[in-house]
Amino acid sequence: MTDPAAPSAEPVSAFDQFHSTKRYIADDGLMADVNCAIALGRPLLVRGEPGTGKTMLAHAVAEALGKPMLSWHVKSTTQAKEGLYTYDVVQRLNDSRFGDATGGGNAVSDIRRYIRPGVLGQAFQAPRQVVLLIDEIDKADIEFPNDLLRELDEMAFHIPELDETVRATHRPITIITSNAEKELPDAFLRRCVFHFIAFPDRERIGRIVRAHLPDLAPALVEAAVGRFYDLRRVQGLRKKPSTSELLDWLLVLARAGVPPEEIARRMPFLGVLVKQEQDLELLASKKGWEA
Amino acid sequence: MFDLLLLNLRAQGLKVGLSEWLAFLDGLRKGLAGDLDGLYRFGRAVLVHSETQFDQWDLAFQATFAGVQLEPELSEKLKRWIEDALRDAPPPEGERVPVDMTPEELRRELMERLAKQKERHDGGSYWVGTGGTSPFGSGGRSEGGIRVGDSGGGRSAVQVAGERRWADYRVDQQLQTRDMQVALRALRNLAKEGPLAVHLDKTIEATARNAGDIDLVEERERRNRVHVVLLMDTGGSMAPHARLVEQLFTAASQNKGFKTFQALQFHNAPYGWLYKDYATWTRVAISELLKTWTPAHRLVWVGDASMAPYELFQPWGSGAWDGSGHSHMSGLDWMVAIRQHCPASVWLNPDPERYWRHPTVQAIGRVFPMFPLTLGGLNDAIKRLRAGG
Repeated sequence: MTDPAAPSAEPVSAFDQFHSTKRYIADDGLMADVNCAIALGRPLLVRGEPGTGKTMLAHAVAEALGKPMLSWHVKSTTQAKEGLYTYDVVQRLNDSRFGDATGGGNAVSDIRRYIRPGVLGQAFQAPRQVVLLIDEIDKADIEFPNDLLRELDEMAFHIPELDETVRATHRPITIITSNAEKELPDAFLRRCVFHFIAFPDRERIGRIVRAHLPDLAPALVEAAVGRFYDLRRVQGLRKKPSTSELLDWLLVLARAGVPPEEIARRMPFLGVLVKQEQDLELLASKKGWEA
Repeated sequence: MFDLLLLNLRAQGLKVGLSEWLAFLDGLRKGLAGDLDGLYRFGRAVLVHSETQFDQWDLAFQATFAGVQLEPELSEKLKRWIEDALRDAPPPEGERVPVDMTPEELRRELMERLAKQKERHDGGSYWVGTGGTSPFGSGGRSEGGIRVGDSGGGRSAVQVAGERRWADYRVDQQLQTRDMQVALRALRNLAKEGPLAVHLDKTIEATARNAGDIDLVEERERRNRVHVVLLMDTGGSMAPHARLVEQLFTAASQNKGFKTFQALQFHNAPYGWLYKDYATWTRVAISELLKTWTPAHRLVWVGDASMAPYELFQPWGSGAWDGSGHSHMSGLDWMVAIRQHCPASVWLNPDPERYWRHPTVQAIGRVFPMFPLTLGGLNDAIKRLRAGG
């Protein structure tokens, strides 16, 4: 279709583009890694606890760079090929038998009408560079990442039905997220720039809270965030509460008008933060964590 | 210099491949790593693929660049410090340091010794702050011995590396869930019993034969019809292996290929009952289970098989009358009965093979083919299961 987009085809000035947006607070390391992935033309693999903003990152990158975004949400049944294209052979068979009302004439003989690009295919064919999010890649079959190796490496794939090769006009900025600890094959990992989002520290979570809930009373935020970190330190907790749960909790506390002093004594609306039954039982047996 | 980094990384067990290394060099050429801090961050992003390996990266980075960074500070501060130390405190006995060493020689000696200390700790334990028999006194250097020249200002990349913040994330585990999943995948018995789906090739052929009039041919998808039962020993001597067993459970329960998957628990040996959850005492009678299990069921037992002999050989081995009416059978009798019903059974033992000479391990090993719970053992066990036990 067009010339292959080699990584070096990106202008070097493309480097150092990404910065925090209004709603997304990235630390320096994350920004640097995003820009490094852009400059090298490699996918960025982002891993971290649930709720540390992995998926949000892709949105923020797209927003900051002013580029359109395409997301591919991977499910347990997702096949690698679906991301490239699908050939709707049943529709074609149906049209050949029962006629085609819209295409008229010999539309059925045009195989192109039954080839639909997947998300990856769309990203390759886009007229301008896009941000491509492959979300929760670890959800799919364990061989899934391996099936995409060549496509992500060369940013090209072949459609045998058309005997055509689709090449990326503009190498998409690819961001891949994963929750799992050790699920992805080595060969795949080797091709990615890796970033681990550690859980934000108190200073940064303060900024995140202010960015999302600017109207909350600082005293309430201070008290609640303190308790939140204490809760994360409780030994034996199966699922530590995450940022999004903290934001929910703050909102509930504010709406219910809970005074900051009360949060120090007990945990109102604990269910917003802790959702596993075993964890609730564990906390119920500890002093100061009663709901 | 960068070759040294590569060697240090590989010495830390980080398998840096050619493709990443070229990407790393490419990035350096493009100026992605401006200074040492940039190099630390950029190198880690490209060469390391898991937070569990950040610690090894820190160690390798430190080993490569620590001396480089500290050189100017060392020669200044350390000279003065060592001179003071020499004047105030003579070296203790048994040290090979001659008193007439120049400060420069002493510095080298110190650096060498620090390097040695680092190597000794690569095994995975934490570094200790004080370096043992150093003639240089106790003050002045923090853990790892690298922040010798720490003087105001921002922290350098080497210092950040020296903090070893990622040590807790490190996993020096041989067998990973992914490896287990790949091994378990071999456990299959494909048969055409899935839902009906249009078979395209056959439909096209039939349609052509039918002079273009569509003749749909449907066939069932191939499905794995293997039934897997995982039986896990819990508590007691199995506690040190809990994480490994949990990984195996995760790997097996996430395998979507099995037609059915059951996980049951027991303590030491089965005595009439197996537990869905040992902690809450949710149990099922073995006689009930055997009604649903067929010889085609694949049983995977996991346990160290070590217990007091009476717990395995005596009918009252469970320690109490359990009301099941089966008290005439010992734990071993139950195992034999289950094996007779489901011949395709294997036993995975998390203990190293050198501990297998225990009498109860030997006895169980005669009932079930026993394999170590390692990747090789798991693969062998699955081969055995595929062959029918």
